[in-house]
Amino acid sequence: MGSHTTHAATATTAVDLTKVKPYGDTMNDGMMQLSFTLPVPYGEEANEAAKMLAKKMGLDEPAVVFSKDMVGFTFFVLYGKCQHTVDYTSIKVTKIDVDVMDRLECEKYIAENIKRPVVIVGACTGTDAHTVGIDAIMNMKGFHGHFGLERYHGIEAINMGSQVPNEALIAKAIEVNADAILVSQVVTQKDVHIANLTNLVELVEAEGIRDKVILVCGGPRISHELAQELGYDAGFGAHTYAEDVASFVLTEIVKRKLV
Amino acid sequence: MKSKLNLDPKVIDSARSCAARIAASMQTFIDRHTTVSTERTVLRLLGVDGVDDVDTPLPNVVVDSIKDGGGLPKGAAYWIGNAMIQTGLDPQKIAEKIAAGELDIMKLPMASKEEAEAKILPLVKEALGKIKAQTEKREKYLATIGEGRKPYLYVIVATGNIYEDVVQAQAAARQGADVIAVIRTTAQSLLDYVPYGPTTEGFGGTYATQENFRLMRKALDEVGEEVGRYIRLCNYSSGLCMPEIAAMGAIERLDVMLNDALYGILFRDINMQRTLIDQYFSRVIIGYSGIIFNSGEDNYLTTDDAYEAAHTVLASQFINEQFAVLANIKEEQMGLGHAFEMDPEIENGFLYELAQAIMAREIFPKAALKYMPPTKYMTGNIFKGHIQDALFNMIAVWSGQSIQLLGMLTEAIHTPHLQDRMLSIENAKYIFNNARAIGDEVEYKQDGIIQKRAQFVLAEADKLLHEIEKEGLFSTIEKGKFGGVKRPRDGGKGLAGVCVKDESYFNPFIPLMLGGAK
Repeated sequence: MGSHTTHAATATTAVDLTKVKPYGDTMNDGMMQLSFTLPVPYGEEANEAAKMLAKKMGLDEPAVVFSKDMVGFTFFVLYGKCQHTVDYTSIKVTKIDVDVMDRLECEKYIAENIKRPVVIVGACTGTDAHTVGIDAIMNMKGFHGHFGLERYHGIEAINMGSQVPNEALIAKAIEVNADAILVSQVVTQKDVHIANLTNLVELVEAEGIRDKVILVCGGPRISHELAQELGYDAGFGAHTYAEDVASFVLTEIVKRKLV
Repeated sequence: MKSKLNLDPKVIDSARSCAARIAASMQTFIDRHTTVSTERTVLRLLGVDGVDDVDTPLPNVVVDSIKDGGGLPKGAAYWIGNAMIQTGLDPQKIAEKIAAGELDIMKLPMASKEEAEAKILPLVKEALGKIKAQTEKREKYLATIGEGRKPYLYVIVATGNIYEDVVQAQAAARQGADVIAVIRTTAQSLLDYVPYGPTTEGFGGTYATQENFRLMRKALDEVGEEVGRYIRLCNYSSGLCMPEIAAMGAIERLDVMLNDALYGILFRDINMQRTLIDQYFSRVIIGYSGIIFNSGEDNYLTTDDAYEAAHTVLASQFINEQFAVLANIKEEQMGLGHAFEMDPEIENGFLYELAQAIMAREIFPKAALKYMPPTKYMTGNIFKGHIQDALFNMIAVWSGQSIQLLGMLTEAIHTPHLQDRMLSIENAKYIFNNARAIGDEVEYKQDGIIQKRAQFVLAEADKLLHEIEKEGLFSTIEKGKFGGVKRPRDGGKGLAGVCVKDESYFNPFIPLMLGGAK
């Protein structure tokens, strides 16, 4: 029938970056996996509801491969073929523009370019009680084999811990003449972190030290873009280590002539 | 029972008796002191409840007036007993009159200690009767509708709204949960009062109030009857109101309470003197009420390294056990904590986790061990997270843990969604059933990795305990031996609420509760 040759002729093997869609096992098959719950009783109607929803989301040929009765709710695992595409070539993302140096390079950079101890004050402020983020960046031990800022020669790192009022963090920063303030926010329920981070920026500006200090926030739900919108110099998300933060702060000190 | 880990019973005895001496030495300090929260607890047990016109709880109003009048060293029980003699009113009415500014109990004629004690004794017995009725109700439920198999499946709800929590808790029970913990709103531990009434606003959790306890208890009794399994309720007897919340939990029949002074000191910066004194009365109440307490050793491993600091967990478990012994808590109510928190990249990490869990079970054979899931190395990769939780579940059933705080595949992303909890319960049930008897079947290679690791951790814990004994518990904490966190003896929150008792001090509940639990 000659179907063999026809197939070969229509198969798309190269990605068109102006029209990107999900890849399952063949270019442009659009395959996506979803799992979600609907607040409806388990049954045929529930499966139909899930498929209708998937179609409205632009998923063709939706297939409920698994559903489970959760008493008044139904959980689904669903596959479908995405019909939407995105133009990858037109994407612009705000990123922290810095070459990351390792700890030893950071120490050398301080010795050569700053030539004095760099003071960094950090805390998890507001009602947030989770120190895991700020500890990972600041404490001697660091995280996952990446030593924290306390370990860096040339950096004086002061970790104030959790549930620190924004006012106390700023007072400490003024007291020790800090080069940088790090604020960690882990709890983000009901956007409590946004209000708290905004409050901190306002206080820093009210104290008249905004130009003298590098203001950095971090946390699993923080992006650099969000941080900049809120008035921070940088924001660090998940998978950040001390050297990422140190590299930014140190180069920024030199760039802004705060040496 | 022969130790499968070939642990030396002499080392276990050495560590345990050392911990007993550490606890006894701390107890002599505790016995000389009381706190504002301890005294508010006495008032709550005597029936003082409600708030004044600016929402200050009446127990606070009364204790503040006693403290301002310089009367705290005699204890609230004396002043209330005396006020009852002098005014003929009951404690609640007395509190209301103090709040209204109509009565100053510090300016009444003073009866003797014995007279005041005799006056309140009937109320003390009434309070103990109420608590006993609740423990009997729990026992009746366990005897009739029964309970889930161990390890109990422990899940959290944390919506901030008690009515929404009830919906989620009942759904979780229907999916198979045995214990529901209502996570508290962020920072409640630092409030030096207990909020009042039902609450619908909270961050990362829901306020612990007596009314919220009552609402959730009722909901869990209902769903327990529906599913034919007693559903346990857990909350936090911790922070600055440790003993007050224990009393509320006793009255409203909570079954499990987080209760660990060291946790408050290290992770909430609560003053160590304050919270160790508070912990004593809270544990006496917990012991008397048949509540399982959970200690917080698992948390050390979120700030310290789980592999390197494993012995600090064991040392702290020994100390928590001995503090519990002093409060006359049965072994079965000792929910000593530990966690599956080693870096998943460690070669043979599973073997080290297994060694730690089996060791805890061998050393504390009857304890209601509470096992905490991986959190520190959960990444947002929900697929890998589900496997990490599976390994954790495997160790739990293997080592016979009692209370399994279920890991969520979405840990590090959000507070659990309905489906997260379902998947997590399914994961645990599958593994518990599929590997049910593995612990009975398997023995460990003589001097192999598992045996040697457990022996090493035990020896290190014994060494650390002897250092603590020499140094004293307060200065050990000052030096950052637990969780890698340093706290000064006079630092932190709540020290102003500590006071030295005078000779006429009495707290009528402590001797009766200690006697009653025997």
